Amino acid sequence: MKRLSAAAVMVLAGVGAARAEVTLIKNATILTVTKGTITKGSILIRDGKIAEVGQSVAAPAEATVIDAAGEYVMPGIIDCHSHIATEAVNEGSVSVSSMVGIPDTLNPEDIYIYDALAGGVTTVNVLHGSANAIGGKTVVIKTRWGKSAEELPFEGALPGIKFALGENPKRQGSPSVFRATNLRYPATRMGVEDTIREAFNEAKIYQAEWNDYRAALARGEHPEPPRRDLKLDPLVEVLEGKRLVHAHCYRADEILMLLKVADDYGFKIRTLQHVLEGYKVAKEIAAHGTGASTFSDWWAYKEEAYDAIPYNAAIMTKKGVVVSLNSDSEELMRHLNDEAAKVMKYGGLSETEALSMITINPAKQLMIEKRVGSIEVGKDADLAIFDGHPLSNYSKVVKTIIDGQVYFDRAKDVAGRAAKEQEKAQLIAKEKERARKESEGQRRARPGAGEQAPKPEVAQ
Amino acid sequence: MKRLAAVLICCGVGYAADGNSFVIEHATIHPVSGADIVNGSVLVKDGKIAAVGTKVAAKGVRVVEGKGLHVYPGMINSATELGLSEISAIRETNDTNELGEFDPQLKAEVAVNPASEHIPVTRANGITAAMTLPSTEGGQGIVTGQAALIHLDGWTWAEMTVMSGAAMEMLFPSLEAPRRSFLAPPGAAGPPFREVKKAYDEKMRRLREFFEEARRYRAAKEGNEAGLKRDLRLEAMIPVLEGKMPVMVVAPREREMKAALDFAKEQKVRMVLAGCRELGKLGPEIKAAGVPVILGPTLATPLEQDMPYDHAYALPEEFHKAGIEIAFGTFDVQFARNLPYEASMAAAFGLPKDEALKSVTLNAAKIWGVADRMGSIEVGKAADLMVTDGDPLETRTAVLQVYIDGRPVDLNNRHKRLYEEYMKRP
Repeated sequence: MKRLSAAAVMVLAGVGAARAEVTLIKNATILTVTKGTITKGSILIRDGKIAEVGQSVAAPAEATVIDAAGEYVMPGIIDCHSHIATEAVNEGSVSVSSMVGIPDTLNPEDIYIYDALAGGVTTVNVLHGSANAIGGKTVVIKTRWGKSAEELPFEGALPGIKFALGENPKRQGSPSVFRATNLRYPATRMGVEDTIREAFNEAKIYQAEWNDYRAALARGEHPEPPRRDLKLDPLVEVLEGKRLVHAHCYRADEILMLLKVADDYGFKIRTLQHVLEGYKVAKEIAAHGTGASTFSDWWAYKEEAYDAIPYNAAIMTKKGVVVSLNSDSEELMRHLNDEAAKVMKYGGLSETEALSMITINPAKQLMIEKRVGSIEVGKDADLAIFDGHPLSNYSKVVKTIIDGQVYFDRAKDVAGRAAKEQEKAQLIAKEKERARKESEGQRRARPGAGEQAPKPEVAQ
Repeated sequence: MKRLAAVLICCGVGYAADGNSFVIEHATIHPVSGADIVNGSVLVKDGKIAAVGTKVAAKGVRVVEGKGLHVYPGMINSATELGLSEISAIRETNDTNELGEFDPQLKAEVAVNPASEHIPVTRANGITAAMTLPSTEGGQGIVTGQAALIHLDGWTWAEMTVMSGAAMEMLFPSLEAPRRSFLAPPGAAGPPFREVKKAYDEKMRRLREFFEEARRYRAAKEGNEAGLKRDLRLEAMIPVLEGKMPVMVVAPREREMKAALDFAKEQKVRMVLAGCRELGKLGPEIKAAGVPVILGPTLATPLEQDMPYDHAYALPEEFHKAGIEIAFGTFDVQFARNLPYEASMAAAFGLPKDEALKSVTLNAAKIWGVADRMGSIEVGKAADLMVTDGDPLETRTAVLQVYIDGRPVDLNNRHKRLYEEYMKRP
């Protein structure tokens, strides 16, 4: 029997592998972002990849068909700055926290993953917080709701690390009503610069020790290996181009400072995050080949955001910077398409430029543009289907597809609500019953003390 | 583009000399109070709307060519901190949330900074008036002061004020456990429910007592009681007790909304509910009580993890379907300009489009008792108008001209200035 079932499993697996999973989306307006708009178009998906795109696409008979008549398909939205799917965001005790990493705290049950999906988001750059000049390691994930923590990361995407400049990393160095002692260096933007320089100075020395060691090994010697340093390892990866730097920043001065530090130590800043005064130094950012990931229109929430303008994305784009719009918010993440429309209003960018800000541009910034960010043959079938043009405020997502699989289906979500309500009511009834029995039990256990027995705390 | 430039030129010259009289011609007029008028005109005389229609006799007034453009009433943001808050993280720039539990004597308009950068930024998107509130999120008071309805234009706060004491703001006592202090150690439990309930009951007792005190004061004043000393706090409550000023009660949750409804009934005061984040089973009761509701922010995550993902987006339609009059507020200053997108997100999730537009114009005017003066394009109303190239609830639409009391308003602002300045950087 055992053997038989094992054989059956093998047969089933074999059949599964032989028959490719094929889906056809048809009758849609397709916003490819990189190759124009196709009306009444079809997308053929095979094994999670886009196999064909066009007005006449032949699909095999067994293909699952999604009729998207009247609907718009765009590439799955990419959010280059988020903190969803994490158990912890800030390791704020030290000014260089490169030894910690977001990949160790991924929480696949975070409901905001589902909310992001419901807003058409398929790829997310999950960042450490901004409490330290050099923060923790970061990871790019796909919003594969229902999958395990191990299955969330975007396969093959380079890992990253968060840097932070300005008010946040210097806050713990500033005496305040809440903190008079235990001040943490740095307290100024000068100190932030120094903190980063000191760390890379150390990393360079450490890197040289390892290089010497490896050279000695290659010479056939038997040297003692240097002691591993978990704080410096990620910085060496930065120096060697194996880890991308995502730097939180606001003001023009600190942006220039960081670009200079990076030049001095021979590494690249992959993206400037927030970069609200990026428009003031767009030329320098462009020359450095650094991407800018900004808000559409946030401003005035703190001093360093007072010169923030909604034209930031447009100016930087016009001056040659690859710009993306990010959310840094579980809410805003759900309508990045509406945020993208703001670059048309403020700065007069085109529809395609607007859509690029949340698709191909963040893909380029994360160096995953060969895999995602546009609707092109060979790319991952990560798609968002809207019931109207995604740049219209009246449109909403009806389906979100990742790797060819439908991960969000609004019709199913809505249809399933009654059952969920029922389940919730049952759970509450069960909990009330349990609490009632528990309180009876307590009264019986302590005869005579029933009047004084505290009532159990029932969920309110 | 040519047309646009022409329009800008004709509204840019000499408006002071013509006493705010002009006619916008050949535009699509969206009165909100009635059907759209294609190829229509709006005649403005001395800052008021003098005629609307396809056949408007307008002689001797400046002509604004509106071909291909749309005219809407200016929008009203029903909950903001405009003029009272500049940079939210810097306490020195914030004048909301006074100390004390009962501050009905406070008047929001006296602290409105007419030079606030937020005002031109907000009106550039077609918002011509706003309720500005003495207290906002994080406020600890109960009766927090008088909200003012302000025009987003004027040299002084006095010129900006459309209606002083437009509503008495209350932050209704809450049974929600207070938010954990950021100083508390991670994982620390909040206070048990019985403590929260005790504090709530205490607050409710003090609230009732305060209303009772105000009522006794009013009676004493009416009866010319000998030796009665003037009390500014209690005196400020008289218009509320007489039903002349509504209480604007911020109550996000069903439990607090229900308690607020009961309280308003018990105290016989006129109420506007605000900041409601759910409706629950209260639809019929709110409708029967004729209580209007200020919703917002619509752009919000669900209150609870087990609520549908679109709960906040679909909520306005839930209220509307229940027959409740709604308007929108952003409850902040930073995003006050995004008021129309609160409404259009609601429309994406079921609220009829015309209702969405009303909820940022005419409904707001009705709720704040100024529908005779603003909120729609009707003869006799103030010429608070915006001229656009399309639907103002769509982000992509450009707002080309704004008029407040018939005055063409400067659409330049901090953001545009910085944009133009830095685009010029070689």
